[in-house]
Amino acid sequence: MSEKTLTFEVVTPVRKVLSKEITSLIVPAIEGYLGVLPNHAPLICGLEPGVVKYKEGNAYKKLAISGGFLEVSHNKATIIANAAELPEDIDVARAKAAKERAEKRLKQRTPDIDLARAEAALKRAMARLKVANDS
Amino acid sequence: MASVRDIKRRIRSIKNTQQITKAMEMVAAAKLRRVQDSVGQARPYKEKIKEVLSRIVASGADLKEPLLEVRTPKKIGYVVISAERGLAGGYNANIIKKAVVSMAKHRDLEIGVIPVGKKGRDFFRRRGYPIEAEFINLQDVPTIEEANKIADFIRNSYTEGVFDEVYLVYTEFINTIQHKPVVSRILPIETPSEEETGEELDYIFEPSPELVLNKILPLYLANQVFSALTEAKASEHGARMTAMGSATDNAAEIIDQLTLSYNRARQDAITREITEIVSGANALKQ
Repeated sequence: MSEKTLTFEVVTPVRKVLSKEITSLIVPAIEGYLGVLPNHAPLICGLEPGVVKYKEGNAYKKLAISGGFLEVSHNKATIIANAAELPEDIDVARAKAAKERAEKRLKQRTPDIDLARAEAALKRAMARLKVANDS
Repeated sequence: MASVRDIKRRIRSIKNTQQITKAMEMVAAAKLRRVQDSVGQARPYKEKIKEVLSRIVASGADLKEPLLEVRTPKKIGYVVISAERGLAGGYNANIIKKAVVSMAKHRDLEIGVIPVGKKGRDFFRRRGYPIEAEFINLQDVPTIEEANKIADFIRNSYTEGVFDEVYLVYTEFINTIQHKPVVSRILPIETPSEEETGEELDYIFEPSPELVLNKILPLYLANQVFSALTEAKASEHGARMTAMGSATDNAAEIIDQLTLSYNRARQDAITREITEIVSGANALKQ
């Protein structure tokens, strides 16, 4: 018997990044990680910058997103994100540089910096590195 | 009548101009295609974000967001999207005219202009309009980063109370030769109507509809700015393409006319010379 699947799509303003049949999905929701299996109830959920994990066949795969939303309806999960990157698209050097920059900014804590923004930048960079290093 | 040499010089100069306009036409056509591609690529995102927003509205969530709240306007912001360069027919003139007419309707209120693109910036600066911020040197194919910058600025000034309403003046792309300057209000945000959602689904909102709404509104706003930018750019390239196309045609027409007068002048000169030689020879015979 074939396994149950759901359609998984990732859309960004620039392009449709991904469209696949998968068997399960784990996303970084605002209040912690959230798993989605086939035939999930309709759901709209906010996402943090981080790593999205999905299972295609028997293999786990990852991608990095910069926050956004997950919408599930009719056995179809759609991630709406400002930016989403597959492991092969990530520029590791750039992500590392961004991470260091954000860390430095957070350490210095000069009054003129935007703390929330630096933190978000750090999260994004770390998500990218995590996705890139595992593949 | 102008001398043969003068006509020849003019023909050459117009031929040069024709080559330039022809090249510009082709470049604009290529850019237009690239912008249209990016519009196609962005469509799934645009539709999805609209859908999610209308689902939240339909869910009857508590819609108390500063970005949705309607205030009595005291100061209005105008984001005017124009081109970076001229030579695009009436493109810049039309959009600026539209903006000025719309501003004139709100004469009793304070107005702040946020020009996007050099041409508009130059105009509003020359006329002494109060410029709140400017966004220039935009790419030929708009990027989401540019849209985010503009959206962040207007969102912040709106929440800080600098503006009570923000209008977007841009050119709507109907097809390659038809463009329409439009004024639309982007802040406070008008939520999409519920009728488009289709069937009712009982959604679970995680963590809550209010929080999701709070996070989606900035994305929705940025996306509206982004699609306005893309439409404007597509119109700009389209306008430039048509303008340069007719300039090339006009140049060809002038060259035809000049070639005709060149040939006539040349023939006149030859005839005159022959007459002179003949009469000179006749004079010698006698």
